[in-house]
Amino acid sequence: MGSAEITTRMPMLRNRAKSYGILPGFGLTLGTTMIYLGFIVIFPLLALFVKSAHIDVHTLAAQMTSRRTVSAFSVSISASFYAAVFDAVFGLLVAWTLVRYRFFGKRVVDSLIDLPFALPTAVAGISLTTLYSNSGWLGRIFESMGIKVAYTPLGITLALAFIGLPFVVRTVQPVLDACSRDVEQAAASLGARPLTIFFRVILPEIVPAILTGSALAFARGLGEYGSVVFISGNMPLKTEIVPLLIMTKLEQFDYASASAIAVVFLLVSFCIVFSINLLQWLSRKKYGET
Amino acid sequence: MTEPLPDRNTLSRQRRAGRQADHQLEPPVVRWVCIAISLVFVVVFLVLPVVVIFEQAFSKGLAGYLAALADPDTLSAIRLTIIAATTSVALNTIFGVAAAYAITRFRFPGKNLLISLIDLPFMISPVVSGLLFVLLFGAQGWFGPLLRGLDFKIIFATPGIVLATTFVTFPFVARELIPVMQSLGNESEEAALVLGAGAWRMFFRITLPSIKWGLLYGIVLCSARAMGEFGAVSVVSGHIRGATNTIPLHVEILYNEYNFTGAFSVASLLLIIAFVSLVLKLVIEGKHDSRD
Repeated sequence: MGSAEITTRMPMLRNRAKSYGILPGFGLTLGTTMIYLGFIVIFPLLALFVKSAHIDVHTLAAQMTSRRTVSAFSVSISASFYAAVFDAVFGLLVAWTLVRYRFFGKRVVDSLIDLPFALPTAVAGISLTTLYSNSGWLGRIFESMGIKVAYTPLGITLALAFIGLPFVVRTVQPVLDACSRDVEQAAASLGARPLTIFFRVILPEIVPAILTGSALAFARGLGEYGSVVFISGNMPLKTEIVPLLIMTKLEQFDYASASAIAVVFLLVSFCIVFSINLLQWLSRKKYGET
Repeated sequence: MTEPLPDRNTLSRQRRAGRQADHQLEPPVVRWVCIAISLVFVVVFLVLPVVVIFEQAFSKGLAGYLAALADPDTLSAIRLTIIAATTSVALNTIFGVAAAYAITRFRFPGKNLLISLIDLPFMISPVVSGLLFVLLFGAQGWFGPLLRGLDFKIIFATPGIVLATTFVTFPFVARELIPVMQSLGNESEEAALVLGAGAWRMFFRITLPSIKWGLLYGIVLCSARAMGEFGAVSVVSGHIRGATNTIPLHVEILYNEYNFTGAFSVASLLLIIAFVSLVLKLVIEGKHDSRD
């Protein structure tokens, strides 16, 4: 190989390096990714949308405005919403404690937060139902106060709050940890009281993270099935959630209705996830992080 | 200053320790109230449900617990769960490594879209995920007539359960690996190539060893979810006892038959898997800290 040949090939090589680097395997890895993604995710989703496109508008409208569907959507959305609010409050408290204080058993508590992620939903479902039923350890206490938890919308909210808690804690924790203490000290030296510091200095910095975390919990709660199906009691018009309604339609082999509800449900979830991304993008832009 | 400069991590650790010491602007009573409420909350809200599982599982003693586990239907559910989980975890691991490599090592248009598409299964309700495959392969689905002609069942049979599990656990390994590979950079891989290693040699000697802990954690998360998946599998399984029941579905059946000891005994198996994944996370985080 003459040196002339090398010099003529060099610019080309450098160009390639700029756009791709010298690493091999671009075609193989991206190809595998695309083919697998196409088969497992994209193709089935397309099938659902094509299938629901065949449903005529009147059937769809009738299905979506039926009392049972409307009530299922309202139960699902309201329970997920209250659960997200619950998670925002307690998630913030736990994240705050874990970030700011040192105490005995902190690492154990920190790993326990992931428990709802790790625990299969059906297991969470039966154990929460047992715990909060009239004869359960906690259900008995609520019962004596005249509150029924299991087989009511309150029970659904509780199960969803259990499932969604890690989302808030794990989103708020790193942001709270990164909060600059200098600003707090500056505020304190200028005479701000602790509460003022919390509401005027710390809270504004972590509000985007709290919102993102609870939006994630909300989105997860909306689609949740396993942990809710046991504790809800599944009474149509009262404690029936959307995933359960889809399940019921499927068991009756009413695929058209099931697909119609599923598509609307899917679009609602996509809107939520889109707003979460928008929220994160906005907060990044505001705080100039990368 | 004759001392060598501390590295970045020691610095951050010192900074963190310093913060702990000097930031206590709020009165101590706030601190104790926060710790107390958090601890009580975690115990009541997260620990009690776990305690209930064991209390119920052992309500008829160890013999009752073991009898529930030795039931032939339970054993068949365990077998099916292992088949479904290993298949889907293997597929998603190969995909996850390929996807993370493509995304972190190359620049190409549409990369952000690809990342969002990989996350898609996380946004979809498990029940809807199951429905997707019923619409494709069910009796009335697109490929229903074709499959009937071939006398091959996907829905209400093992292939459907594997497909649904694969769909639901699709993003786990890729998502775990992308940040790991991003932070590692590709200098050592390039060095290996420049020194004459072939592509596969580079991958097995450089890439794979450097991502092993992230990969392992991704696989563990993926397996835990694959074994515990309920909603999606419930739609495609048909709940045939001893044939198309996975462990979570078997738990549901036992529970609905008011066989609580049985249900919670079988559920405790899944709980153990959950604990293994939590402990492994701690171990891996420890490894990361000591390596850095």
